[in-house]
Amino acid sequence: MNNERKKNAYPIKGFKEGLLITLGNEDWDEVQFQLLSQIEEKSKFFSGAKVAVEIGERVMHAAEMAGLRDALSDRGVKLFAVLSNSQVTDVNAESLGLKTRKSVLRENTSGFGPAVLDGKPAIFLQKTIRSGTSIKYIGNVIVDGDVNPGAEILTTGSIFIWGKLRGSVHAGMEGSVNETICAMELDPINLRIANILLKNNKLIRKLKRKPVRIAIDNGKLTINYWENKK
Amino acid sequence: MAAKIITISSGKGGVGKTTATANISVALAQLGQRVVCIDSDIGLRNLDVVLGLENRIVYDLVDVIEGRCRIRQAMIKDKRFDGLFLIPAAQTRDKSAVSPSDMIKLCSEIREEKDWILIDSPAGIERGFKNAIAPAEEVLVITNPDVSAVRDADRIIGIIESEEKGPARLIINRLNPGMVKRGEMLAAEDVLELLAVELIGIIPEDETVLISTNIGKPVVTHDKSIAGQAFRNIARRLMGDDIPLIDLEYKDGIFHQISRVFNFGGD
Repeated sequence: MNNERKKNAYPIKGFKEGLLITLGNEDWDEVQFQLLSQIEEKSKFFSGAKVAVEIGERVMHAAEMAGLRDALSDRGVKLFAVLSNSQVTDVNAESLGLKTRKSVLRENTSGFGPAVLDGKPAIFLQKTIRSGTSIKYIGNVIVDGDVNPGAEILTTGSIFIWGKLRGSVHAGMEGSVNETICAMELDPINLRIANILLKNNKLIRKLKRKPVRIAIDNGKLTINYWENKK
Repeated sequence: MAAKIITISSGKGGVGKTTATANISVALAQLGQRVVCIDSDIGLRNLDVVLGLENRIVYDLVDVIEGRCRIRQAMIKDKRFDGLFLIPAAQTRDKSAVSPSDMIKLCSEIREEKDWILIDSPAGIERGFKNAIAPAEEVLVITNPDVSAVRDADRIIGIIESEEKGPARLIINRLNPGMVKRGEMLAAEDVLELLAVELIGIIPEDETVLISTNIGKPVVTHDKSIAGQAFRNIARRLMGDDIPLIDLEYKDGIFHQISRVFNFGGD
């Protein structure tokens, strides 16, 4: 019996927000039991994970959902979405503050989206990057919002901030000296391109509140006003 | 109608979470609302002291959760303010005695017959904080106009966003207009500019707050206190009244120095 269950482990996929687990059509008790044992088996892998479950046509009651959420939370796993084709289930999920297929889709189209700049992939973040947030990305990073102190952006490509840069940024992490950092206002805690650290604090203070572009020129970081570029 | 559940949080300690929870609760009760305030700072309880209900505690939050008493037995009725109840934290336990789902369950059991549940969050971003925000429908973030408190508030706002607790609203506590004018303190607009959230009130620095905290008589009960007035205004804004910032904290022209704040965070 146990072996059989293992064989039928529910498929797990990674997606942007977390892990997506597609559940089976068995009795709910059976499904929950199997899912939990699957998670317990790989508790290290699942610890701290954000999980969405795909349940197809199944109608799930709020109590069942809450039960699943609590059982997962006891195992260090956060249930954040229930994807179903049933409207009743969607309503129940929303009442518990869980996302549904609709809301996940909506976020995917309004929040971030893939783009390509100069052959490098880019990520577009339309929000304030707050303290404690770390954006690590292979490619270019575009932020429509401020980067607050205590936040960091680490990337192999360039960084473009349509807002105030007050956190830590590192462009060209793999040593590329052709990367640039642009910001509407510059007051970083720490700014680096390739291996060169911006040190001239006096200069930065003078620049405050003006849009700038920073690049490496002859092995030195140079700061140019956006206005001067004509 | 079910109660609205609001958690008051800050990240940094000592910025005024407990004082704000106590005063807003009392102010709401004075407006005829049925209010329960919950101290979720298990192990470091304070809300009972600020409310002057310390010696009335028999059962606490952990007793309820562990089934040693019914919720009603742990709800201390404040005899001075009709409709105000306190569920105190346990002093001899720690944050691990409670889980987020315990808090959700507890709140859902009392919300039917109340108008407001206010939860006083502990400092930090760990278990205790997670417990406090789990049942919340809205989080009020409180900060002082200093760089480290604002930094922590930013972190908290980020966590609240990722937990999808809706946009937080901000209380700026202990603003000293004189110091702002001299450039020695962050102005309210500087704080708002960094945190990019909606402002629900500014509490000016006021000695009366400390005095009233020590005697367990919340400052909102002082008619003359400017901080008390500011808390009363927050309570009314929570109830949906449109009270412009202009005629509250700056009454009598005392605070005309920072009138530039009005234009910025007025709505």
